[in-house]
Formats: sequence, structure tokens, C-alpha cells
Amino acid sequence: MANPLKCDLCTKPATVHLTQIVNNKVHKVDLCEECAQAKGVTDPSGFSLADLLLKASLNPEAPSGLRCESCGFTQADFKKHGRFGCPSCYSVFKGMVEPMLDTMHKGTAHAGKVPQKALARKSLHDRISKLELDLSEAIKSERYEDAARCRDEINQAKQSFGQTAER
Amino acid sequence: MTIASLIDTPSELTDAASSKTAIVLMTRIRLARNLANSPFPGWAKPAQRDAVLAACRDAVQATPPMKRCLSVSVAELSELERQILVERHLISRELSDAKAGSGVVLNRDQTFSVMINEEDHLRIQVLRSGFQLKKAWSAINDLDTALEERLDYAYSPTLGYLTACPTNLGTAMRASAMMHLPALVIANQMEKVVRAVNQLGMVVRGLFGEGSDASGSIFQISNQTTLGESEDEIIKRLGNVLSSIVEHELNARQKLLEADAGKLHDKIGRAYGILQNSHLLTSGEAMNLLSLIRLGVDLDIFPATSRSVIDRLFIEAQPGHLQHAQKGRFEAGQRDLLRATRLRAEFANFARPAFTLNNNNEGQN
Ligand SMILES: [Zn+2]
Ligand SMILES: [Zn+2]
Repeated sequence: MANPLKCDLCTKPATVHLTQIVNNKVHKVDLCEECAQAKGVTDPSGFSLADLLLKASLNPEAPSGLRCESCGFTQADFKKHGRFGCPSCYSVFKGMVEPMLDTMHKGTAHAGKVPQKALARKSLHDRISKLELDLSEAIKSERYEDAARCRDEINQAKQSFGQTAER
Repeated sequence: MTIASLIDTPSELTDAASSKTAIVLMTRIRLARNLANSPFPGWAKPAQRDAVLAACRDAVQATPPMKRCLSVSVAELSELERQILVERHLISRELSDAKAGSGVVLNRDQTFSVMINEEDHLRIQVLRSGFQLKKAWSAINDLDTALEERLDYAYSPTLGYLTACPTNLGTAMRASAMMHLPALVIANQMEKVVRAVNQLGMVVRGLFGEGSDASGSIFQISNQTTLGESEDEIIKRLGNVLSSIVEHELNARQKLLEADAGKLHDKIGRAYGILQNSHLLTSGEAMNLLSLIRLGVDLDIFPATSRSVIDRLFIEAQPGHLQHAQKGRFEAGQRDLLRATRLRAEFANFARPAFTLNNNNEGQN
């Protein structure tokens, strides 16, 4: 490292160097005087290291053409806001999110609560849509036995859907 | 139910019968949740925000704990009402400044509040007086499960609950405790505590003011990370950190008394005198004086029953509450006068301090 360190948030020379240990991992953040002031770093307890790490981990020189189909969000938008546009953004910007998580969190995989009911409802919903597709295919190709079977299965699925929705 | 009636209703924080808890004033857990098929609030169009607000309000009001509740949109609230809710820790400053299409649902005793369209679609919060992390988690877990029956949450098996900001992914849970740490502040040990707690992956913030010279010596300690650990593990780790801070505070009190009990008693006695007689009190000064009286309660200088009075005054000496009690507007310059008047009245009938040589055994539970 022969070059003088640059600020992680802008490109000015860094004069404030922070080291903090989070979850037994050492994190270094280098800031210029102005950014340090702006982030309240002079008061060590008043700033959120996670927020700084988030901004610092965004490589400013690698713009990509990625854009979220669902909400129109781009990587540049993330740099501006530090927040994503919609839940689907997480799969679109996977490559950018994954390296950030390692510095930000204790682990990179969820180990907590699972929304069982919402997931059961979703899988049932997906099953019904697929059966409906099968049904229209069967009717189109005049496979009436298959069509009748699909219809029965759809009715069954809808019944149990009603049950989970009521509970 | 209206905000005004809510303010005058007994609540978990202002009338806590369980104010026996000396050092941990309150436990709070917040969960962030989002709907699967809508943009996050900060990126949503006005019509999308309105649709999410309507769907979430209906779902929240249909859950058993929120059957009798107050549901309002932020736009309907006056500036004063919003400030009062912030002072009661029921809504965040962000929500109070939110644009159209945000709201909050509160239950009557103000233990639950659900903010809608803050940074995430839902910010579910539970408050419990005292050190009650496990009970708080079980209460909020039940409410969340009830909501999940009606709402499709954005969730990924690997990243957990999907949130607008990646710092909240995973459990999307912030568990915190509000602690009263006057001896650690007097003994100049707060900076050391903040550093140690940071290294354990927890964050310390001053509740009134910033950093280690927060007024009132009240600090909020919470988990920093949300991904890679279960809710139970986070709560267990936070609980251990809190217990160890309680121990440090108790040790610091013991040391102050051993080193110079007269000096500590002088601080407490003077605080009592100022609260009974002053005519101008800033918010910061009032918090610090009340903090010393609360320490006096813990040291058996004042009766234990007066602790809940102090805890109520910590909230009621805030500007929004003062203005509400005054029933009308007043100038910023009058605020300190009003605060002193209010506290003089409260302390006119407050038990006199009883300084005895036995005050150095702790009135702890
Ligand atoms: Zn900079
Ligand atoms: Zn998106």
C-alpha cells in the first residue's frame, strides 16, 4: 500500500482511521476529515459502524447495468439511498449484497424465525396456478380425463387454501 | 379512542406497577417486516404506499392483541401529538416526519405499536417495563405470527426477512433495553463500557442526547447484527451483556459510597433542593436531577414507591408532554419555566431524603 489511503466515502485523502471489532472480525474504515465530521465519528458511540461499512463496501468504480425488473431500481440508486427498492432487488443485486453481508453481520445465512404460514400459503398458491395452467393445456389438446383430474386437484387445493386463510 | 384519551390512559411506561426494577427501566423489541409484492416505502409511489397502509392497517387491527386499538395515519396527527408519541417511544422520529401514506396502530396500554410505511412496510414494536427480554420476545413473536396469517411477508430462506436496508436482514429484529447508569457516569466509566459493549456486537446510545454524556444517565443498549443468529441467540447474548452492565453499575455505586459517601449524598440532596425550589429548568438539567433522585431511591434514601413517580416524570418533563398538560401553546422560553413549575409541584409532597449511615447497602432486587 504505497498510495496514501483514500476516504471510503469520497475520494479525498483519509485522515481518520477507525478500527472496530464486530463479532471477532476486525473492520477498518478510513475517512477524510469532512466525512468523519458528517458521520459523527468524532463521537465514537454516536455513529453506526454498520452504516459506514455499508457505504464503504460499495465499490464506486464498478457501475453495472443491472436494473430490477419489478421496481426499476438500479445500483446507482442504491449508492444514493443506501436502501433497496423492493424485495426482488435482493435477487437482482445478489452479487453486490453478498460481500456486504459478511462485514455487516455475524453470519451470511438466516438462522431465525421462518414464516411457516405465509410460506405454506405461497406454495399452495403456486400449486394452484400450475394446475390451472395444466388444465387449460389439457382442454386445448382435448385430454378430458387429465382435465377432470386437474379440476379435482384444484378444488382440493383451494379447499385447503380456504382453511389456512381462515385460521 | 383518540390520542388525547390515550395519553391520559395508564400505560406500561408511565404507570408501571413493576417499577421495582432498579437499573433496567424498559425492554423493547422491534421487528421489521415487508410485504412480498410491493416496493419498500422509500421507493414506492404514493398510490402504492396508500395500498400498503390500508392492507397493513386491516391486518393489524384483525389480530387479537390489537382488537381494541387506535389506528391513525401520520397526516391526521398534529405536530404535538406526533411529538408526544415520540417521547413515549411509540413512534420513531422518522415516522413522525414521514410523508403521506404512513400510519401507526397502538393498543390501549401502549405495549404494542405497529408503524406502517416507516423505512419498512411494518415496524412492529413491543414495550415492557423492566428487564423482560424473554416475555417481550414471546409477545411480539405471537403478534408477528398472527399477522403472518393475513399478510404475505417478503422472505428468503437464505437472507431471512427482506428489509429495505441490508443491515436489518435475517431476523430483522432489534432488541434493546433502556438502562439507568448514574454511577458509571459519575465514575467516568461509560466510555469504557461503550467500547466493551461494542466489541460484543452491541450498540450503546444515550437516550436523551448523545454518547457517553447523555443527560439523565439513561442509555439504550441493543443488538447490532441481525443475520446469522436466531432470535433466541440474540436475546440470550443481549441478556448476558445487560446483566454484566447491571453488575458493573452496582459495583460502581458501592465504590462511590465507600470512597466518599458524603459527596454522593451531597449531589442527591442538592438535586432534591433544586427540584423543590427552582424556577427555570432545561430538559437536560431536569433529567440529570431526576436521575440523582432515582439513584437515591435505589440507595434507600427515598422510599421505593417513589421510583415510579420519577419514571413518569422522565417522560412528562419532555416538551411535548409539558405542552399537552398546559393545554395550549407556549413560547420556547416559557418551557423551562413551565417544567420547573411542574417539578416544584411534584416535589412539594415528595418524601424527604433520609440520609443514614446504612445507605450504603443497596436497595436492589
Ligand atoms: Zn470523505
Ligand atoms: Zn426491486
